[in-house]
Amino acid sequence: MTMDFRLGENAESFRAEVREFLSTVVDRELEERVYRSGVSHDDDFNQAMVEQGLIAPGWPVEFGGQGRDPVEMLALGEEIRIADAPVYGIGTSALVSAVIRKVGTPEQQAEIIPKALAAEIIIVLGFTEPEAGSDVANAQTRAVRDGDEWVINGSKMFTTNAHIGDYVFLLARTNTEVAKHKGLTMFLVPMDQPGVEVQAVFTLSGERTNITYYNDVRVSDAWRIGGVDQGWETMTVSLGEEHGASFGIQILRLLTAAEEWAADAVDEDDQPVLHDATLRESLGRAATDIEVSRLLQRRVVWMASEGIHSVAEGPMSKLFSSERLEERAQELCEIMGPDALRSYFDPTAPAHGLVEHMQRHSLGTTIYAGTSEIHRNMIAQRGLGLPRTK
Amino acid sequence: MDLRPSDEQTQLIDAFSALFGKESSPERVRSAEPLGFDERLWSHLQELGSVAMAVSEDAGGWGASLLDLELVAEQHGRALGSAPLIETQVAARLLERVGGDDASTALAAALNGDHMISVLPRRVRGATATMVPAGAIASDVIVFDGTTLSLLPIGDDKVLPENLGTAPLADVPLVGAVPLATGDAASDAFETAIDEWLVLMAGALVGMAHRSIEIGVDYVCEREAFGQKIGGFQAIGHRLADCKAAADGAELLAREAAWAHVEEPERFAELAAMAYAFAAETARDASYWSLHFHGGYGFMLEYDIQLYYRRSRAWANVVMDPSRAYRRVADRRYGPVPRVAGAAR
Repeated sequence: MTMDFRLGENAESFRAEVREFLSTVVDRELEERVYRSGVSHDDDFNQAMVEQGLIAPGWPVEFGGQGRDPVEMLALGEEIRIADAPVYGIGTSALVSAVIRKVGTPEQQAEIIPKALAAEIIIVLGFTEPEAGSDVANAQTRAVRDGDEWVINGSKMFTTNAHIGDYVFLLARTNTEVAKHKGLTMFLVPMDQPGVEVQAVFTLSGERTNITYYNDVRVSDAWRIGGVDQGWETMTVSLGEEHGASFGIQILRLLTAAEEWAADAVDEDDQPVLHDATLRESLGRAATDIEVSRLLQRRVVWMASEGIHSVAEGPMSKLFSSERLEERAQELCEIMGPDALRSYFDPTAPAHGLVEHMQRHSLGTTIYAGTSEIHRNMIAQRGLGLPRTK
Repeated sequence: MDLRPSDEQTQLIDAFSALFGKESSPERVRSAEPLGFDERLWSHLQELGSVAMAVSEDAGGWGASLLDLELVAEQHGRALGSAPLIETQVAARLLERVGGDDASTALAAALNGDHMISVLPRRVRGATATMVPAGAIASDVIVFDGTTLSLLPIGDDKVLPENLGTAPLADVPLVGAVPLATGDAASDAFETAIDEWLVLMAGALVGMAHRSIEIGVDYVCEREAFGQKIGGFQAIGHRLADCKAAADGAELLAREAAWAHVEEPERFAELAAMAYAFAAETARDASYWSLHFHGGYGFMLEYDIQLYYRRSRAWANVVMDPSRAYRRVADRRYGPVPRVAGAAR
């Protein structure tokens, strides 16, 4: 065995396949339509993904997947992000399906998985609450047993796609007498029923998300996912499905846009901006941050594929790449000057205004899926062995 | 994809790690000051083949890969080895690359230990080669003036500046230099030497960054203030977490750059500059924060972290500051900026 930083032939040929496919189904018109709607979801695109077998290709063949390994899945994820394909809706559905495949009942599996893999249903995530963001285990939404049913009351924050969702994967408190992590249960709650209310929330990146309210919503015990008061463990299964989130590709898109601008922009002395030392340093930094981000993510995926238990490698990948995306977007906006202010998809904007978009978009990346502070806690405690914060 | 060093590489790492553990303890590093040279460490390194491994079997060496050398450099940086490991390896490889009688003779002398040959990783200007790495202890240094690559013997007229890193630096008058190559051959060979230096120094800086973090973590897990171990304060833990993520990233990047030397040569020069710039910033920041979290003790010479603080800056700054290295990345991506005489840039 010798060290090798390539993903390997299987992953690269899969990547080429995916890239070819995405180039036929994602174009700037789709990108703009998705951006203007604020919803990362498109029926035609989803259908094409289903036909291509790309909803959950990492699953075994007998469950409707292609048996792709984590390294191949990494290549797929990179290509999807490079193309900026609208996968958020099918992504959360596939994630919840993966949980159901692991801990769900045969009935739940038969009902949900085929539909999710055919993109016939959308499942959204209901973890965060207005009063419980990073401290997600402090969820206050209650589920109270009533015979074969549960009665749910509460609210969930950032339930993205809830307005087009069929089910919400909901974290609810079922026991108030025990420690906060031990009194939670997960449910798959059908959205189309009385008592479920969806209210739009608009964000700085242009994405529409929602706050969802649950008033005496009834859900059958058959829709409980995992054991009663086992919700934390069930949710951890879903988080474990994600091998190191990374925003390296977003830095790549930012750099590509800045390079497109720099290729023919000139300064006040009619000199190419690309001769400017400050800009060159910044572009060099962005290229370096991309490389480091991709390596940190590759390490997580490699460890998963080798069956090596990871400690804090996933949080390092997410933390580093999102923080650097934010820094580089800010820095390049400043160096580019007034033209960087021209909005995403404004016809006058350089490189379609992607730099302007990245400045706004980057802010969310250091917050969602665990803030940078939560990830730093994980690295400090698990990775470095520092004492827990009192 | 395989991010694990091979069995042979693991043996190599273990061998050098054991040597540095024995011959480059913090006490030994201190006792080598102010010159910054530990003769016993240097002779042990030579016995282990530190110069020989860097050149090919045809040239009388062992033909280790640049990745092998990078892995060794990590151990060197970790232990702050007071010996010119990287300088002499890069010089030996440069002599082999240039070829010709004078270079071959010099390489043979470096291999048998008669000469210690360094290289100045910057173009030389004026009548003096300044701040020559290992110049205080080496017999010769390879210099490049933009046209000619020469072997400069180091005589008694050298001047040894006291310096931040207590490194064996010297200002060496440009007298008696023997030309080795000129024109593109010289320029290409020299640029490649800089790329190799950047990768190996990146490795050393990665080792320094990791060790700096370990020293800091040990301290904040022991020190108590306000009724708790100070490592439990987020103001401290979060900084160290950032340092740890960067240090791990720097390690992966330095190894990837060294690996690319053989496996993706078209990307090597760009990755080398990236690896160096990133490792230099990472070691700089890790040693700063680790020192800072020692409180007043970090300011005392008695604590080891100051050794890392000073060397992480000095070892890097003698080659290239991180900003310039990032611009070197841009040079590799977009081509160099045309030089205009008298321009303000």
